Amino acid sequence: MSEGARRGTGRSVRGFFSGKWQWSLGIVLGSLILLFSGVMALLSTLLAPYDPTRIPEGLQGFSLLPPRGDHWFGTDLLGRDLLSRVLYGARISLLIGIVVELVVTPIGVIIGLFAGYFGGRMDSVLMRTTDAVMAFPALVLAIALTAVLEQPGLLSVIIVLTAVRWTTVARLVRGQVLSLREAEHIAAIVALGAGKGRIIFRHLLPNCLALILVAMTFGVASNILSEAGLGFLGLGVQPPMVSWGSLLAEGAVYLTVKPWLCVFPGLAITCTVLGFHVLGDGLRDVLDPRLRS
Amino acid sequence: MRNGSLLTVQDLRTHFFTGEGVVRAVDGVTLSVRPGETLGLVGESGCGKTVTALSILRLVPDPPGRIVGGTICFDGRDLLRLPEEEMRSIRGCAISMIFQEPMTSLNPVFTVGEQVAEGIRHHQKVSRREAWDRAVEVLRRVKIPDPARRAYEYPHQLSGGLRQRVMIAMALALGPRLLIADEPTTALDVTIQAQIIELLTGLQEEMQMAVILITHDLGVIAETADRVVVMYAGRVVEEASAEQLFETPLHPYTQGLLESLPKLEAGKRHRRLTAIPGLIPNLLDLPTGCKFAPRCPKVVGDCWPTEPDLREVRPGHWARCILA
Amino acid sequence: MRGYVLSRCGQAVPVLFGVTLITFLLTHVALGDPVRAMMGQRADPEVVARIRAEYGLDKPLWHRYALYMGKLLVGDLGYSYRQGRPVSATLAERLPATARLAVAAMVVALVLGMTAGIVAAVRHNTGVDLLMMTLSLLGISTPVFWLGMMLILLFAVSLGWFPISGYGDGAFGHLVLPALTLGALQAGYIARMTRSALLEVLRQEYVRTARAKGLKERVVILKHGLRNGILPILTLAGIGLGDLLVGAPLTETVFAWPGLGRLLVAAVGNRDLPVVLGATLLFALIFLAANLIVDLVYALVDPRVRLTE
Repeated sequence: MSEGARRGTGRSVRGFFSGKWQWSLGIVLGSLILLFSGVMALLSTLLAPYDPTRIPEGLQGFSLLPPRGDHWFGTDLLGRDLLSRVLYGARISLLIGIVVELVVTPIGVIIGLFAGYFGGRMDSVLMRTTDAVMAFPALVLAIALTAVLEQPGLLSVIIVLTAVRWTTVARLVRGQVLSLREAEHIAAIVALGAGKGRIIFRHLLPNCLALILVAMTFGVASNILSEAGLGFLGLGVQPPMVSWGSLLAEGAVYLTVKPWLCVFPGLAITCTVLGFHVLGDGLRDVLDPRLRS
Repeated sequence: MRNGSLLTVQDLRTHFFTGEGVVRAVDGVTLSVRPGETLGLVGESGCGKTVTALSILRLVPDPPGRIVGGTICFDGRDLLRLPEEEMRSIRGCAISMIFQEPMTSLNPVFTVGEQVAEGIRHHQKVSRREAWDRAVEVLRRVKIPDPARRAYEYPHQLSGGLRQRVMIAMALALGPRLLIADEPTTALDVTIQAQIIELLTGLQEEMQMAVILITHDLGVIAETADRVVVMYAGRVVEEASAEQLFETPLHPYTQGLLESLPKLEAGKRHRRLTAIPGLIPNLLDLPTGCKFAPRCPKVVGDCWPTEPDLREVRPGHWARCILA
Repeated sequence: MRGYVLSRCGQAVPVLFGVTLITFLLTHVALGDPVRAMMGQRADPEVVARIRAEYGLDKPLWHRYALYMGKLLVGDLGYSYRQGRPVSATLAERLPATARLAVAAMVVALVLGMTAGIVAAVRHNTGVDLLMMTLSLLGISTPVFWLGMMLILLFAVSLGWFPISGYGDGAFGHLVLPALTLGALQAGYIARMTRSALLEVLRQEYVRTARAKGLKERVVILKHGLRNGILPILTLAGIGLGDLLVGAPLTETVFAWPGLGRLLVAAVGNRDLPVVLGATLLFALIFLAANLIVDLVYALVDPRVRLTE
């Protein structure tokens, strides 16, 4: 009991990064799933049995084949190998998920740190803006933004998702900073007359790292789901580029007759997102023992 | 062993199975309560007083806790062998319990009237209306002013003293034969402590019930208890009538407790028992012999190898010490 | 209580302002010129200019925002570029279908989620707990629309229990699969939240008091436990409504459900900006209203909020 309580003093991050790993089932399981997805995506050029854009000669014989020995996931209307397309799609979907999170996190962290630390008018303006953005269901705002941005494509997906997804981190970090400001060791540093920048980046930020790490893990999952949604609506990456979302958009037409076109890309999304969720749960349990049940 | 008792706890063992090992919170406790008497249960925090009480009601949180051995005879029946259904009909009815912290022990989202009435309704299958009326009556009995109005209030609207009166009302609503009061005054202001103790002793006489009073406040024990059981590290180390115990304490631990008591000067007796040197023992890592040996001022070589038994040193006065 | 209600409503005002500012800016920072897009590159410049003036596209930004707000206050969201009808009329036509779907999905989410969460908490650390938590994890990891597709394959195509898609003039059978689809994600979140909230509450001392009174375990959990645990669940349900609306465009597209979400998607395809932004704004307003309602319900459930001035 006492051991767990000691770990829960918010400085767990240091232990976490200094190699005192505390493995949990969630971390192991989540990492394994993600390792699998990651390797598949990175090595897609090597692993894919066919060129995902190659339209075979004698199209008739290859169009819309059900899963079989030489095409494990079947083929699409143009006779392209679905397994290869899912593997290549993994690259784009994971890329979007991770890149968006890498862009969004610093934005959200800065906004959250400033709002929480300076309080007052700065806090009001930043948080009311955050509230306003959050009032829109994320995907609805993303759709509207795509409409405004003329041509959908890889870049527009990243821009649009960035615009709607920074709010979560901002909120979380602000909350953490508010509670940290009350904490004794931070109050002591303030009393010692440390500069603002020093307090924010040397003391507040490190204490938020655990939270940020967990939020990023869940964030990537959320981004992948959002990309899939946009892609499904035809607002994601455009051909010849493939992502899991755009594969589902193509397959949706044949849902009731050639279901495999939807089943496999969807399974890929679900497994990967599940991996991030399991990892996130595991990280949270380890980094924040108060939440452990 | 003791005849004519209402409750007999024999060799009770309640252990907690934690990630760091088995905590033997209660390890072979034997005690008994006669009808109508007040038994004081004394010791530092963590000595197993509360776990003993929770074991009697079979309310030890499981997991991690479990009663692994012993018997608890109440009114001729072994409570540990009763089916859960029957045990429930005893809880809050024949045996009630008052907890230490009235703020957290009352549910914040229900009116106090409802919290008193629900027990009545549950055990006696009376109508909502009648249960409420009787709840108001009980609230009056514990001397809550204007009970008909107060019954509609929520715990956060009452003062600490009134909340503890509500707790007492809940416990006494069905006229229990045994009341277990776990540190009923610790969380309260000094002036209110006396009122609550007075209320409890008054009601005890009126209702002819037995009371197990758990406390670390020997002053309260001196005023109210007939007999006293002193616990240390999950064991009984001394048992005697109140007079015997205060006059000739046999166990060095009891002696330490009494010495740390500021000679019963008025207004000072709420001092906590922290004056015995040394730390409260870690239940995961106890010495093999006498558990008090590491802190004992009179320790001798023979204290270490084996743990002494609880011996009847004088008639009715038991102690677990080779020097007694 | 009245102070609480007023302050909650007061807090919504700046957010409302921000929301309208966002939709306004989106309308007018739009890179493309909708009139030109509508009329084609070869349109007569004079005609284009006249139509632009008609839509107010030639005025400075601040002026247009003032006009925009003035119109908003009387429910005027402009005219659809495509249909030439008032956007508000189109939205009003589509709102009931989405509302029906959202409410049904929320009911699904609350019922499934809370049941799973309660069962998991009561059977804490058993196989049942693991099963419930695995299911809810799947619920939050599956893309909404893909779940919809799989439900169609299983229950509509293979088993034939429900229609594949469509509104069916409001027939109940048509509502089941879309509601399940849209509710599944929230059910997952609510199950996880219910479980942890209930486990937390069941550790509280007043639960021990309730047990000490000899109450049945069912009463202890459902009355004393849930009544306290429901507050965080309520908050989550409010936020969850936002997430639920996220799924609306997708679910409505999968099931050909004639609601706001599908209208939005279609309008994006048509580059019909007034409709896009009108629908977007309406989604935000629904979300804000729902959160306000949740806050008020919160106050009704928790006497500590209700009785504090």
